[in-house]
Order: sequence, then C-alpha cells, then structure tokens
Amino acid sequence: MRRHPSRREFLCAAGAGLTALVTIRPAVATPAAMQDAIRAVVGTAPVTRGRVTLELPPLSENGNAVPLAVSLESPMTAAEHVRAIHVFTEKNPQPDVVTFRLGPRAGRARVSTRIRLADTQTVVAIGELSDGSFWSAEAAVVVTLAACLEDT
Amino acid sequence: MAETLISVPPRARRGEIVEIKTLISHVMETGYRRSHLGARIPRDIIRLFVCTYNGTEVFRAELHPAIAANPFIAFSTVATESGTLTFEWTGDNGFSVRETAEIRVG
Repeated sequence: MRRHPSRREFLCAAGAGLTALVTIRPAVATPAAMQDAIRAVVGTAPVTRGRVTLELPPLSENGNAVPLAVSLESPMTAAEHVRAIHVFTEKNPQPDVVTFRLGPRAGRARVSTRIRLADTQTVVAIGELSDGSFWSAEAAVVVTLAACLEDT
Repeated sequence: MAETLISVPPRARRGEIVEIKTLISHVMETGYRRSHLGARIPRDIIRLFVCTYNGTEVFRAELHPAIAANPFIAFSTVATESGTLTFEWTGDNGFSVRETAEIRVG
C-alpha cells in the first residue's frame, strides 16, 4: 500500500518548493498588490534596479516607526533631476507608503521619514527621473513587533 | 491645534543646500485597526505635506496610512534668497496646519 506523506514531510516538501521559488524569482518579483501599485505609478515604463539608495534597518524592534531614507545621485539641475521618489511595501494592508515630489530646487535628492511595517517584509523605493526613467532599490526588514492592527 | 517642530537653518550662503526637518503631532490612524468591540476605527491621516519657498513650491509629500504617527519628514532645498518657507499639512476630517520659518541668505 502506498504510504501517504506525513504532515511533516508534506510541510518540508512545501517549504523546499517555496525556497526554490524564492531563489529563482526574477529581479523584481513581489506580491501582486505591490506590483499593481507600482504599475499604477510608473505605467508601462520599465523599472531598472540601481541608482537608488534605500536605507532601512535590517531589523526593527518596533514596526510602528521604522526610520527610512531614500537618496539618488543626481546633479538636480533643471535639465537633469529627480522628479519623485515613491515607496511601496509588500505586506502592509495597503502597498502605497509615500510619494515625495521634488525638483531642481531640492538641490539634493535625499528624503527621510518614519514608516509603519505590519510584518517582516520587503520595502521598495522607486526614483522617477526628469528623463522619464524609473530606478528602484529594495530592502528587507525583519520586524519583531508589528505595527498593531488592534486597538491598544 | 497640532504641535509642530520645524528645523530650518536661520541663515545660509546663497546656493547652499540646506536640510529641513519637520515633525507634526498627529495620530495617523490607519483605518485598518479595530476597537476591542470589533468596530473599525475610521481613517484619520495627514494626506499631504507641501513646502513653499517665497511662494514657490519646492517639495511635497503624499502620505498614506503607512506613515508613522507624528509624521517626520526631512528633505532639502537650495537657499536661493532670503524669505519665508511655508509648511502646510492637510488631511482627513478637515485637518489643516500651516507654519512658517524665516531664512536669511547672504
């Protein structure tokens, strides 16, 4: 008689499958909701990895206020500048986090704020340049205390 | 009225890039939380922050519920001329706060 896999075996196999899936995923594979939110902003333009520096702590004890800084190397002149910086998350109830709009008057393309993270997840920052190109960076954050969803 | 904390260097050289830091007291209620009775707590957030320099917009931020309570926003601007920086936060339930800071450029 053929033995059915035990629960443990099944979970191990599923885990291995998941790991394989994660390791072979393409450069910007992220959950669908975030992908949709990103598409809503960039349209059909390609998003290339690079040029964006996303600073986030790799481990955050409090998901209610995680310091975030995004910067891009740019001369910030009228001809060549960063037009906007968009931030998205994978597993928050809503993928949009914030959009910063700047221009040559900023002098330097660097912004910072504090965000909420509902779970251990990947955060994506996208820089929109004056030539219409989009650049991205992502960072994984382990959150020990998630931003609470219940009344406190 | 919401309390604000704004850091702008009082004087700068012409063309210098100055860092501006702002903080405003606000709960930034996400709209995703439930009370202990199970009722959804309605969203109450600041949605927009705009900074103008002598009337010209130099920076804006469109906020979503994922911004932490008491939003902190730091950015920079080029000190072009002496004048006034205006900071405006607007949001749900008619929230609107306006603050100014002077900068001397020489």
